[in-house]
Amino acid sequence: MIDLSSYTLQTVLVGSVLLGVVGGVVGSFALLRRQSLLGDALAHAALPGVCLGFLAAGTKAAWALSLGALFAGLIGALVIVGVVRGSRVKEDAAIGIVLSVFFGAGIVLLTRIQRSEAGNASGLDRFLFGQAATLTTTDVVVIGVGGCLVLLLTALWFKELELLTFDRGFAASLGLPIRMLEVVLTALLVLVVVLGLQMVGVVLMVATLITPAAAARQWTNRLSVMVLLAAAFGGLSGAIGAVASAVVPRLPTGPAIVVASSVALSISLLFAPQRGVVFGWIAERRTAARIRIENLLKDLYRLGEDRGALGDPLPWPLVQGARHQGRRAFARRVRLLQRRGWLARSDDALQLTAMGVAQAAQVVRRHRLWELYLSRRLDLPADHLHRDAEAMEHVLSDETLGELDRLLGHPQTDPHGRPIPPAPTGAPGSSR
Amino acid sequence: MSPELVILLVGICVAVSCALIGCFLLLRQLTLLGDAISHAVLPGIVIGFLLTGSREPLPMFLGAGAFGVLTVFLVDLFLRSRRLREDASIGVVFPGLFALGVILVSRYASAVDLDIECVLYGEIAYAPWDTWSLFGVELGPKPLWVTAGTFLIDLVVVIALFKELKLSSFDPRLAAALGYSPVLLHYLLMTLTSVTVVGAFESVGAILVVAMLIVPAATAYLITDHLPRMLWLASLVGTVAAVSGYFLARALDASIAGSMAVCAGLQFLLVLLFAPSYGVIGRWLVRRRLMRRLSSELLLGKLTTDRAVRAADLAQRFGWAESRILRALQRLEREQQVERTADGFRRIGC
Repeated sequence: MIDLSSYTLQTVLVGSVLLGVVGGVVGSFALLRRQSLLGDALAHAALPGVCLGFLAAGTKAAWALSLGALFAGLIGALVIVGVVRGSRVKEDAAIGIVLSVFFGAGIVLLTRIQRSEAGNASGLDRFLFGQAATLTTTDVVVIGVGGCLVLLLTALWFKELELLTFDRGFAASLGLPIRMLEVVLTALLVLVVVLGLQMVGVVLMVATLITPAAAARQWTNRLSVMVLLAAAFGGLSGAIGAVASAVVPRLPTGPAIVVASSVALSISLLFAPQRGVVFGWIAERRTAARIRIENLLKDLYRLGEDRGALGDPLPWPLVQGARHQGRRAFARRVRLLQRRGWLARSDDALQLTAMGVAQAAQVVRRHRLWELYLSRRLDLPADHLHRDAEAMEHVLSDETLGELDRLLGHPQTDPHGRPIPPAPTGAPGSSR
Repeated sequence: MSPELVILLVGICVAVSCALIGCFLLLRQLTLLGDAISHAVLPGIVIGFLLTGSREPLPMFLGAGAFGVLTVFLVDLFLRSRRLREDASIGVVFPGLFALGVILVSRYASAVDLDIECVLYGEIAYAPWDTWSLFGVELGPKPLWVTAGTFLIDLVVVIALFKELKLSSFDPRLAAALGYSPVLLHYLLMTLTSVTVVGAFESVGAILVVAMLIVPAATAYLITDHLPRMLWLASLVGTVAAVSGYFLARALDASIAGSMAVCAGLQFLLVLLFAPSYGVIGRWLVRRRLMRRLSSELLLGKLTTDRAVRAADLAQRFGWAESRILRALQRLEREQQVERTADGFRRIGC
C-alpha cells in the first residue's frame, strides 16, 4: 500500500508536482515558438556546468551546482545562436552540436571527478537521470521559490510573451523589447532545467517541458487555457510518476514522470475534441456519409426531373447507375434514406416521398445557384461549372445561399436552362 | 592485438561510419532525427536482451532497428497528422521511448547485464576484453567485429546508392520526378542510422553517438561544397577525434567517449573560426574586402581630375566618418588612382 505520510514520498510528490507545473508553463511557449529541441540542448549543456560548479565551489551544495548549470545552459544557448548567425550551419545541426559536445565535456568532467575523489563526488551522476529519492526539504523549497519566480515573471509579462509567440513582427512594430523578451524566455527555460536537474536529470528534462505542453495544445486554441492545461498535465504526470515510483520497486521517478506525461499526450492526441484523431475521424466519416446521402437525393431528383415527374417511382438500376457505386453501398444508402422517411421502395423501384423531394430540392438548389453564380460573376464557360458545384452543394450554408439568391436577383433557371427549386418557406432570402 | 590498438580501431570504425551517415543527415537537416533515434533504440536493445537472455549482436540489432524505424514512423505520423510540428514531434517521441528503456533497464538490470552508465558513456575501455568465440574458436574482440561490420554496411550502401542519396539530398523533387522513391530512401537512411547507432551504442553510448553523427559532418560542411570531399573530410575529422580523444582521456583519466566528443567539438570550433570561405574569420575578411572596394569605388566616382576635394567635404557628403574616408583615400593613393594636393585629393587621369 501507499504510505502517503512517508516523508520521502511527500517530498518527492511536492517537488515533482511543482516541477511539472512550472515545466508545463514554460514549455508551452517553447513549443509554440518551435524551440522544443532548444530545451533539450540546454538541459544537456547544463551537465558540464554542474561539474564545474562542484569543482569551483568544492561542495555538492545545491546553489553551487545550480549556478554552474545556469551558467553553462546560457553559454550553450549563446553558442547555438552564434553558430547559426555566424556560419552556414543550420539550426538543427547547431542544436545537435551543442547538445552532444557539451554533454561529452560533462561526461569527461564527471568521470574525472568520480575517479579522483570517489566517495565525495559519487552523487553527481544523479543529475543524468535524476534521483528523486535524494531530494531534501531544502531542495523542494528551492524548486518552490524558483518555480514561483518563473510563474510570476510569466504572469507579469503574459501579454508581451503571447504577442512575441504568435506575431513577432507585430510585437516589434509595437516597440516591445523583442530581444530582451527572447532572452527572458530562454533564461526561464534554463531556470526550469536547473530546477529539474535533481528530479528528472538532464537527459529526460526536455519531456518535462514539451510533452505536457504538446498534450495541452490538442485541447485548445487559446494560449491562456493551454498554459493552464499544460501546468495541470505536468503536475498530474509529476504526481503519478512520484506515486508510481514509490509503489513499484526499482522504478526511477524521472522516467516514470516522462512515461506518465507521454501517456497523457497519447490520450490527448487520440481523444481531444476537434484536434483529436478519433474525433477528426468520426467527423470525417459523418461528413462523408452526409455527402453520399445528399448525392443520392440529388440523383433521384434529377432523374425524376428528366422524366417530368418528381415523385414518380424510378427503376433501381437506373438510380444506382447514376454514379459509380457498388450494389451493397448503394443499398445501404437507400436504407438510410428510407429510415428518415425520404424514400419509399418497392422490389424494383425507388420513389422520393414528399419530404424527400423537399430535401432533394435544397441540394439541387445549392448546386444550381452556385453554377449560376460562377457563370454570371466569373464568366466561366458552361462546361466548367458542374464539378465545382458538385463540391459546393455540400458546404454552402443557408446564410450564404440566401445572399447568393439576393445577389443574383432571385433567379428561376440555372445556366443550363433548368429550373432552380425555390427556397423552403422561412429560410433567409426566401421572401420574394 | 594490443588492447590500445583495439580501442583505437573501435573508435575509428564508429567515427567513420557515423561520419558517412552524418553527412547525409546534415544535408537533409535530419540531424535531430538522428539524435532521436540514438535515444529511442534503447528499449529495443533491452527487449532484445530480455527475449534472448544474451548479449549477442543480432537480437540487439533487430530490436534496435525496429525501434529506430518506429521512432521515424511516429515522428512522421505526428507531423503528417498536423497535430504537432517537427521539433515538437521529435521532442516528445524520443524522451518517451528513452524513458521506457531506462525503466526497463532499472527493472530488469540483473537480467540484462547493462547499466545506465554504460547506456550513456558506453564502455569502449572494456572493448579488448569482450571477446567473441564461435564454435570454440576465439575470434577476437566482439565490439571490433560489430563496429567494423556496421562500417562495412554503411560504406557499401553509401557507395552503391551514392547517386540516389546525393540527388535526393540536394534536390528531392527532381529525385522523386526521376522515379527514386523519396520515402524508400528516407527509411533506408533512417534504418542505416539505426544500425550505425546500435553498432556504436555499446562502445560510445547513446548521446555521444550524436556527437559522432553531427559534429564531423558539420565540420566538413564548413570546409567544402563537394559531397565526396565532404565525406572524406568528415571521416578524417571523426578519425582525428577518436584518436586524440583516446589520448586525452588517458591523460585526464576520464571517459574515452566523452573525450572523443570534446575533441570533435574542438575541431568544429577551429574550423568554425578558420575555415577559408565559410569560417567566421574568412567571412569577416571577405566582407571587409568588399566594404573596402565599395568605399573606393564610391569615392572614385565623386573625385575628378581637374579639382581637388577635401576629405572633410567628402565625409560630409557621404555621411561617413572622416577616418573611413581618409583610409579609403590612402588606399587609392597607394594604388596610384588619386593624388594628395595642397587643398585635398584629386583623381589621376589615365
